[in-house]
Amino acid sequence: MAPLLTLDGLSVFYGRRPIIENLSLTPITGGGVTALIGPNAAGKTTLLRALAGLVPAKGSIRLVGMASPAHPLELTGLPVSQHARHVTYMPQALPQRVALTVFEATLSALMSARSDVVLSTSEAQARALETLERLGILDLSRRGLDELSGGQRQLASLAQSLVREPTVLLLDEPTSALDIHHQMRVMQLVAELARERSIIVVIVLHDIAQAARYCQRIVVLEHGVVAADGLPEQAITPQMLARVYKVEARVEPCSQGFLQVIVDRAA
Amino acid sequence: MRPPSAPAGPQAEVRHASHAGERAAYARLVRRRILLVAGLGALMLVALLFDIATGPSNLPLADVVSGLLNPSGLDAPSRVIIWEVRLPYALMAVLVGTALALAGAEMQTILNNPLASPFTLGVSSAASFGAALALVLGVSLPLIPADWNLPAFAFIFALGSVLMLQAMANLRGTGVETLVLFGIALVFTFNALVALVQYVASQEALQQLVFWSMGSLSRASWDKLGVLALVILAVVPFSLKASWRMTALRLGEDRARSFGISVRQLRFFSLLRVSLLAATSVAFVGTIGFIGLVAPHIARLLVGEDHRFFLPASMLAGAVIMSLASVGSKLIVPGALLPVGIVTALVGVPFFMVLIFARRERL
Ligand SMILES: Nc1ncnc2c1ncn2[C@@H]1O[C@H](COP(=O)(O)OP(=O)(O)OP(=O)(O)O)[C@@H](O)[C@H]1O
Ligand SMILES: [Mg+2]
Repeated sequence: MAPLLTLDGLSVFYGRRPIIENLSLTPITGGGVTALIGPNAAGKTTLLRALAGLVPAKGSIRLVGMASPAHPLELTGLPVSQHARHVTYMPQALPQRVALTVFEATLSALMSARSDVVLSTSEAQARALETLERLGILDLSRRGLDELSGGQRQLASLAQSLVREPTVLLLDEPTSALDIHHQMRVMQLVAELARERSIIVVIVLHDIAQAARYCQRIVVLEHGVVAADGLPEQAITPQMLARVYKVEARVEPCSQGFLQVIVDRAA
Repeated sequence: MRPPSAPAGPQAEVRHASHAGERAAYARLVRRRILLVAGLGALMLVALLFDIATGPSNLPLADVVSGLLNPSGLDAPSRVIIWEVRLPYALMAVLVGTALALAGAEMQTILNNPLASPFTLGVSSAASFGAALALVLGVSLPLIPADWNLPAFAFIFALGSVLMLQAMANLRGTGVETLVLFGIALVFTFNALVALVQYVASQEALQQLVFWSMGSLSRASWDKLGVLALVILAVVPFSLKASWRMTALRLGEDRARSFGISVRQLRFFSLLRVSLLAATSVAFVGTIGFIGLVAPHIARLLVGEDHRFFLPASMLAGAVIMSLASVGSKLIVPGALLPVGIVTALVGVPFFMVLIFARRERL
């Protein structure tokens, strides 16, 4: 059975300031990719960090169907070491000036918390190499992180998340620095992984057409509130784009049937 | 990353070959780093021997070596020179270099700042203030032998300053930048306090204070060596145990936490280790600024930031520089023993420059 992630009455504060208030969603199902979209400062990163247990949150985040479906795992308030067994988060910001190779960095994702992952060094190495290969960056494995291009660095960062093989994979704008080839490649890979391992993937994207093409569900966030939620064709509408993004836009299928967003002007 | 069914045929074979190639390359990298660390260790031993053999009284190297191996074969004056002066000084240089470098390396990682060191974040200034109080105001602690009074004061203040950093770190919402700023604020505060004490100090006390703050190995003794060695031995296993976690922390705080690392806890215990190492060293030899900053940079240039190699390389680099500085302090002005704190930068900077330029060539 594919796992489910449920969010109920979730509130997140930075200091006293509420960023997300009392947010609930119908369960997010494993096996497909859920896109989280919305304008800048809508609270996408904040929501993802709350799901990852990196900011304290009120309310409930439950993982259902892990060991026994009858006993959902309450994620809020779980210590990081236990949280990380199920959930991995890829941050939006990438570290600067790190004197580690791509391979070492990927390896450290497994070796630094070995008690949760239970792997031998050799298994960890094999898994790191498979991950790099699937991302198409095996040839970068010996290169230093500080000598990579922005896009290469983003791929290396993605590898550090994928290698942990989590049940819940949270990706914060993983394709923002990538060329079109690599964007496609990453989106295909993520969709494939979600299907193969029936894991839950939540991905923050700014490219709405891409979200529509690769994701089964689109959640639109605006000022910490869900502005639209559903299948791509339900969530992505000219009305939503006008209201949330303040643009006049058309939503039309292309000759192959994929939704395209054509923006005419900023309203 | 495993596909559900293992792919067979030529593709799988190519894949195996390339994976094996990468594994071999990594094994070579690890081997090279172990060799580099071992090389630093050998360099340290040479520097140590050189340090023991150098001094105003001309003892030939052969005599020094035989005197070390077989003390009873020495005449009394030589024995005193080797066993009560040169050896403790030289070992103190090595231990202080090791301790300050490890403290600096851990600080740079957990504060994510390449300029962090016990010196730049106020530990040494705090120790100076403690020493100033002891020297100038003549206060003494109960139950502490007279010649341990000054180190005890310096230790308490140094420890206090790191614990203040620690308390800051535990406030919710303080980023590492705030911590570094707070450390710099501590430097200025304690320097101002030291200046204040100096202003009211007697001529004689002032002279002692200035000499103390320059950092000198002449305060070395076997019991102090024992204490410092114990501190290092107690701390190092925990540092090494945290090495993978510190490596992961280099990838960012959120990242490390999403690997399951409790960054708060890592930072807390690391700062505790740093405070012990830095406070003990500074208490025994005074202010020695450059080592904690530069030794980790040298290590980083040599072995990168896999902390399994980075931490040992930092310690050994610190020990080598301190040893060479100790040699320099005896040679620069013949017949005089300069305070080693003055010499560390003079020795460390060129060493550092050579490495930076050597690296540029390679690129
Ligand atoms: N560490 C923080 N402290 C205080 N406020 C914060 C912090 N991080 C984000 N915020 C605020 O929370 C709100 C939501 O920010 P968030 O980063 O979640 O937006 P986002 O949807 O990810 O935007 P973007 O598309 O620009 O990445 C913003 O108003 C921002 O100012
Ligand atoms: Mg964001």
